[in-house]
Amino acid sequence: MRRPILILAAAAFALGAAGCGEKTSVTVYKQGQYQGKQDKQPWDNDLFKGDKLAWEQAIKARNERQDETSRGTPTAKN
Amino acid sequence: MARMKFLADAERCIECNGCVTACKQEHEIPWGVNRRRVVTLNDGVPGEKSISVACMHCSDAPCMAVCPVDCFYKTTEGVVLHDKDLCIGCGYCFYACPFGAPQFPQDGAFGLRGKMDKCTFCAGGPEADNSAAEYRKYGRNRLAEGKLPACAEMCATKALLGGDADVISDIYRNRVLRRGKGSEVWGWGTAYGKPEQRPAAKPGAKS
Repeated sequence: MRRPILILAAAAFALGAAGCGEKTSVTVYKQGQYQGKQDKQPWDNDLFKGDKLAWEQAIKARNERQDETSRGTPTAKN
Repeated sequence: MARMKFLADAERCIECNGCVTACKQEHEIPWGVNRRRVVTLNDGVPGEKSISVACMHCSDAPCMAVCPVDCFYKTTEGVVLHDKDLCIGCGYCFYACPFGAPQFPQDGAFGLRGKMDKCTFCAGGPEADNSAAEYRKYGRNRLAEGKLPACAEMCATKALLGGDADVISDIYRNRVLRRGKGSEVWGWGTAYGKPEQRPAAKPGAKS
């Protein structure tokens, strides 16, 4: 009579102890990397011929032209 | 290095949709795709406010984070662009974007979706600068011509500023200091006159 009970108790203990061995499952999010074609810099073309400073000057002149308070004295041809 | 941004001044925008038209014309945007839109709050009510909205080229762009094929990239000027050859048109970027910037063509065999299209800050895409392929996929590359986005440069009231964030911030800051606030704002009296004298509500009356 005691033998089946002991077997059952041992099985229950083994089953319960199996839960302690469970590993934590946590998702790891990784930062993606761009997979497409590479783009060139806006000054790497026939117009600016790689002259970054000339491109920056052109953009700066355009930037400042958006300010109507300083348009009375034009400083750039763009 | 310039960090390109848009800045929309709600006090100046007159809802002319000139920016929308300039964008459509510059890039030959198909019907149903609006890279830029003008949104008006309290339309028709005195004091209504309009704002021009497109891709804001976020510093930490949610579209880049959610794209399953990683087709987004950011240029050295801070412009968020994408490779249409890689895009699968899943629409995740549309759900992630707080500005509704990603657009999907409405035509074609299946009616909806297709490769995503959005504002490029007039910087084209990953094709040879000012090539036919770049124009067909992404539109004109004005930045490579030393120019700023067509929408900002076309804006008649200069409500929409676009360019180096530091410069346009300074322009906007000076503008706010000059024009004051509330009813001091230039043009308010011309547009709306004096405030209406409304009779006081009767006690217990429903509003």
